[in-house]
Amino acid sequence: MTENSKPQKSRITFISRAAPYGQNKANLCLDMALASAVFEQDVNYIFFGDGVYQILKGQDGSAIESKTLGNALETLELYGIEKIYADRQSLEERDISEPELLPGMQIVDSDSIAKMIESSDTVFNL
Amino acid sequence: MKFSIVIYAAPYSSEAASSALRFARSVIDQGHELYRLFFFGDGVHNASQLTVVAQDENNLQQQWNDLIEEHSIDSVICVSSALRRGVLNQTEADRHDLGTASAYTSSEVAGLGQLVDAAIHSDRLVNFG
Repeated sequence: MTENSKPQKSRITFISRAAPYGQNKANLCLDMALASAVFEQDVNYIFFGDGVYQILKGQDGSAIESKTLGNALETLELYGIEKIYADRQSLEERDISEPELLPGMQIVDSDSIAKMIESSDTVFNL
Repeated sequence: MKFSIVIYAAPYSSEAASSALRFARSVIDQGHELYRLFFFGDGVHNASQLTVVAQDENNLQQQWNDLIEEHSIDSVICVSSALRRGVLNQTEADRHDLGTASAYTSSEVAGLGQLVDAAIHSDRLVNFG
């Protein structure tokens, strides 16, 4: 933080739209959210589009010599990110049902997501 | 209005880094404040000074550097993204015993806290990539 910055709390919403492997967007989005939580911002984390593949249970990145993103996502709550959402329509389009998801996900519809965006100071969409 | 710009995209692979540069110029030309540039992920390649391009092409990295220096812009490259991509300032090159600094000195190498700070203190935070 720069010296002239006053401690301030912003509501920051992250919309993670990329699949967990094959590119690093999901990891970048998570890193930004964790940093925001460390600096005590009010964080919403939304899995949207292909991003919902990040929250499937039973991931194992070892076959592609990659860290398992699902394991990292399970630590969100430890960092104080408790508002974690998955877009209902994105799940339905991909035939993913709630029991297949990691614990702690709240399934919401697009109206709720629109309200979260509306009430946010900053939105990251990656 | 106070803007910050986040660049995720490497130069040349897509239009995004070039669009970000033109957007940054417009922000300044139109009299707004550019609070910070933050280069993240592949975006850190925009701060590499060890580049040579064909004579009839734009050197994006040099153009970023010129803009940052001309307007004394606060510009940050993410340290963890930069280290694994070989975009190092002298301090990091010395720390890791790698000899050569490859980053322009016009950008600071720092952590994601600088991005969070930019999100908090900017009226608009615009992402490219």
